[in-house]
Amino acid sequence: MPRVTFISFAGERRDVDVAAGTTLMRAAVDHGVPGIDGDCAGHCACATCHVYIEPPWSSKLSPKSDAEDDMLGLAVDPRPTSRLACQIRVTDALDGIVVQLPEGQH
Amino acid sequence: MTAPSAAVQRQAREHAMSMPLADVDPANPEYFVNDTVGHYLERLRRDDPVHKSESPFFGPYWSITRYADIMHVDTHHDVFSSDWTRGGITLTDVPADEKLPMFIAMDPPLHDEQRKAITPIVAPPNLAKMEGLIRERTRRVLDGLPRNETFDWVDKVSIELTTLMLATLFDFPLEDRRLLTWWSDVSTMNKKLNPDALEPHERMAELGKMLAYFTRLWNERVNAPPASDLVSMLAHGPATRRMSPQEYMGNLVLLIVGGNDTTRNSMTGGLLALHDNPQQWAKLRANPGLIESLVPEIIRWQTPLAYMRRTAVVDSEVGGKVIRAGDKVAMWYLSGNRDETAIDDAQRFIVDRPRPRQHLSFGFGIHRCVGNRLAELQLRILWEEILPRFPVIEVVGEPVRVRSPFVRGFSQLPVRIPG
Repeated sequence: MPRVTFISFAGERRDVDVAAGTTLMRAAVDHGVPGIDGDCAGHCACATCHVYIEPPWSSKLSPKSDAEDDMLGLAVDPRPTSRLACQIRVTDALDGIVVQLPEGQH
Repeated sequence: MTAPSAAVQRQAREHAMSMPLADVDPANPEYFVNDTVGHYLERLRRDDPVHKSESPFFGPYWSITRYADIMHVDTHHDVFSSDWTRGGITLTDVPADEKLPMFIAMDPPLHDEQRKAITPIVAPPNLAKMEGLIRERTRRVLDGLPRNETFDWVDKVSIELTTLMLATLFDFPLEDRRLLTWWSDVSTMNKKLNPDALEPHERMAELGKMLAYFTRLWNERVNAPPASDLVSMLAHGPATRRMSPQEYMGNLVLLIVGGNDTTRNSMTGGLLALHDNPQQWAKLRANPGLIESLVPEIIRWQTPLAYMRRTAVVDSEVGGKVIRAGDKVAMWYLSGNRDETAIDDAQRFIVDRPRPRQHLSFGFGIHRCVGNRLAELQLRILWEEILPRFPVIEVVGEPVRVRSPFVRGFSQLPVRIPG
């Protein structure tokens, strides 16, 4: 099972093992990792699963859709590394991916 | 519920379930005064989820009643426009000289630029800063409430607290804060639906006074260093500092209404919901940690804005129907929030739902309520301070509901706190 490492804004690290195909949002929400809300249940409609993903992981992800781009405009402190966690599915190729959480979701 | 109001509900339900489908028209202000609209929305969800009505107030319009279809319309802003020049976000056809440009009623790219100027005020660090002040004021208001006598919760708690909050957001002179309540109510008044409303020219005159007051504040703030209140943010933000007086007025109305009667009506609605569901109140009192799931459930249950309107810009299909370019479309958040196919036990008020934030009251998509976490913060603090203070709050009479198919709210709720 691929492993996802979440790092909170304060620097705390949580490792979570999930079935391939799980979105990063579900990985966080289902394992009680604080800092990702996912209010719209994964419909790319609320931007409360905003995360930062740095290289090398960022280049292994499918590119953002227009819908994801539009919604990231609503996020607090959007950066070039910003993504919506509900739009990224964990695969074996992403085993070990590091996901940084923002200061807050809204 | 009293016997007369139970009878009203029964009659409305019989009417809604047996009337000719083509005649169902949810945007009837009477249904909101009596709180019977739920039956009509349920009929549509069941028999005609994407339904065209002919309204005596609004003309022809589509009702979108299922959660999934509402999510579809809300997230396809390129097809379903919010733009004020097409009619904006309410079903009312506003005459051209009364239309107010505000970013809720704009499409990208202008919407995005103006919204981003506001977003910082509700960013996490700012919310953390506001929590102390909100709590201090909430305590003071609650400690000042009368005991052993009937009073109006709407006036003494809901309006008082939300007005204080709004005054804080604008750094508005506290002694004049009831002007904010007045202007919020003036903004949403509609003479066509409500005979007690101001005449249109009177309404615009009052909004003109609001603009004059806020222009004075703007002039003060623009010459001062940037601060973290909304006026300063608008006055200094690169996308907003050159806005026209009309745009400024429109965005003020947006922020005053958005931050005002929605939260106000959730504060009232939450108390009423707990009163109507004593087992849920008992559950909450036994476990105050449930406040975290209580708050979004209150917002779902109240659905402070019953619908949001869009205008189709191209033909498209929704739920098997073709909606044509130019058609008015109402996303009935109130209906989606009771859709059993999307939300388990949607018709019940439940304080410990597993996924309480899964509701439509803040909308979804690019227009999702920018103040949603601030609204939740205010409600959370309110209930954190109510529970240890008042073992009992009695609702001693029927609520008086606002005559509006848009703003789902209360003008009165008589309560009594023993002590």
